Amino acid sequence: MTTNTTPDAATTVSGAGRIRPGGGTSVLLHQLTRSFGVTRALDGLSIEMAPGELVALLGPSGCGKTTALRIVAGFETADTGSVLIDGRDISSVPAARRDMGMVFQSYSLFPNMSALDNVAFGLRMRKIGTDERRKRAAGLLDMVGLAPQAAQYPHQLSGGQQQRVALARALAIQPRVLLLDEPLSALDAKVRLQLREQIRLLQQQLGTTTLFVTHDQEEALSMADRVGVMSQGRLEQIAAPDELYTNPATAFVAEFVGVMNRIPGELRGGGMVTALGRAVPVRGRAPDETAVDVLVRPEGLTMEITEHGNGIVTTRTFLGSVTRVGVQLDGDVAVQVDRPSAESAALAPGASVSVSLPAQPVLVAPRRTG
Amino acid sequence: MAAVVQEAPEAIAPPRRGPAAFRGGTVWRWAVLLVTAVYFLLPLWAALRFAGISAFGSVVGESGFSSSLGLSVRLAVITTVITIALMLPTAVYVHLRLPGLRRLLEGITILPIVIPPVVLIVGVLAIAPGFLKGTSWLLAMVYVILAMPFSYRAIDAGLRALDLKTIVEASSSLGAGWVSTLGRVILPNLRTALLSATVLSVAMVLGEYTMASLDLFQTFPVWIYVNSQTSGQVSVAASLLATWFFLMIITVLGTRQSRKTGGGEVTLFTVARTETRGDL
Repeated sequence: MTTNTTPDAATTVSGAGRIRPGGGTSVLLHQLTRSFGVTRALDGLSIEMAPGELVALLGPSGCGKTTALRIVAGFETADTGSVLIDGRDISSVPAARRDMGMVFQSYSLFPNMSALDNVAFGLRMRKIGTDERRKRAAGLLDMVGLAPQAAQYPHQLSGGQQQRVALARALAIQPRVLLLDEPLSALDAKVRLQLREQIRLLQQQLGTTTLFVTHDQEEALSMADRVGVMSQGRLEQIAAPDELYTNPATAFVAEFVGVMNRIPGELRGGGMVTALGRAVPVRGRAPDETAVDVLVRPEGLTMEITEHGNGIVTTRTFLGSVTRVGVQLDGDVAVQVDRPSAESAALAPGASVSVSLPAQPVLVAPRRTG
Repeated sequence: MAAVVQEAPEAIAPPRRGPAAFRGGTVWRWAVLLVTAVYFLLPLWAALRFAGISAFGSVVGESGFSSSLGLSVRLAVITTVITIALMLPTAVYVHLRLPGLRRLLEGITILPIVIPPVVLIVGVLAIAPGFLKGTSWLLAMVYVILAMPFSYRAIDAGLRALDLKTIVEASSSLGAGWVSTLGRVILPNLRTALLSATVLSVAMVLGEYTMASLDLFQTFPVWIYVNSQTSGQVSVAASLLATWFFLMIITVLGTRQSRKTGGGEVTLFTVARTETRGDL
């Protein structure tokens, strides 16, 4: 088995791999709740996934995202609510008969089996003949670029290679849904980036509906068709990555995804808020109190050098095409402002600047004290 | 194995240490090895000298030798089978479903060491059902209890090294039922642990004297003791033969083991090899 026997990944998929291209399953998580003692891990979670879609569940640890995934896999049961696959409730189907391919955070390969046997395991459980399953397993290993390592045992493979074998193993059973439980968390940055692209490419080629759990926002935003941000067992918002970044529905989403400045402001009548000496419209629901924080991203603030501005530059961080400038505003408020690097030469620490809000509607949140 | 070998030289000789320190470490290691070897081999050598070569020839013909050895081997087999059949599912179940009870189980399994054998056998003989009394099955069951501290710990250590939960879940998500998961995934990965449990159980049975003699069975250790009253040299020769025979079996099993798994598991032998490479 060498890589050049099936040079084209797509050929492998339809040939030796025999995975139906473009196939996909719809998934519906309906009003799932789950408590562990007094802790409410899931609190009425509902998500609808279209066939072939990759949805990422993003949130801090303990937000319930892994519990949701494990309920879909059949390793946990929901207290109430149901999981529907292609419209059929699978709540009573045991994990072994759900046809879900799963990749775990910790390397979950069977240490006593070679890479090839690991990939072929699910096919063996489906009583597929030796020749056929070896052929298919070899095709899948080729697809993840590990054909030369087919005979090696897990302990002879690197972390990234092990996760690729785990991915091939999960795909070998032609799963109706692919479940990824923080599959990249244990890997180093470079491998993580490569594998991220590889998973996305394969998922798109095969059209497998995929639920991906992660706490890494960059991973979620770069890979998913839609990202669901979770907090305390609830879905805060589910939207396409760009929508999530530019139009966060809640203050939690706004602050969890990307960098967000909090600037003290006062709510006025007519859906307006005043901050940094300017009145701008409020986007979304405003809190009841008048003392609020205005949420603006570093690239959303405007800044110019002036003699007696409202802030002093404290730091300057070069990030490639943009430079992130730290500014201490009057009233002991620290903000970060992004500027094109080409225009940032004069923004040295100590420079006096004037920072202001743009005229667009802004998100507001109850003022954070302390 | 490969990873272990690669890491070993660094672990033994970090680059910041000078060559003198490295040499000192090597000398120290060999000294410890030598002292240990003398400590263990000296009694064997003394026994060998005491018995003399001629005693080995008459061991097999000695009356009671084969019957007592046969009984001990039979007891060893029954004990091992029952021990593993009981301990493996228990340990797996506790690891997966009741991890909170692990400490309790550990405590329970240590009881046979704490309770004196005499107390144990008197209690067992008092409450054992009639049909078991006087049979080797009863003795084997008592041995199962005696072997429990060793067998449980061996299996427990194997399970701890395995990330059992993830592996069982992976297997089940791939469509394997409980029997397949146990037979194809858990058992093969516990081979070393089960081998250790077996060796410890067998060693315990072959060396146990109190229970067998109080229950009036002439097992191999009882025979060695009884026979030593009349022909001490033959008894010593017999025990030496038995020792070397079982050591050989363990070695053969251990070697086949590491070859079968591609040397993936860290056994006594792979550790020894790693250490040697570290010297080079």
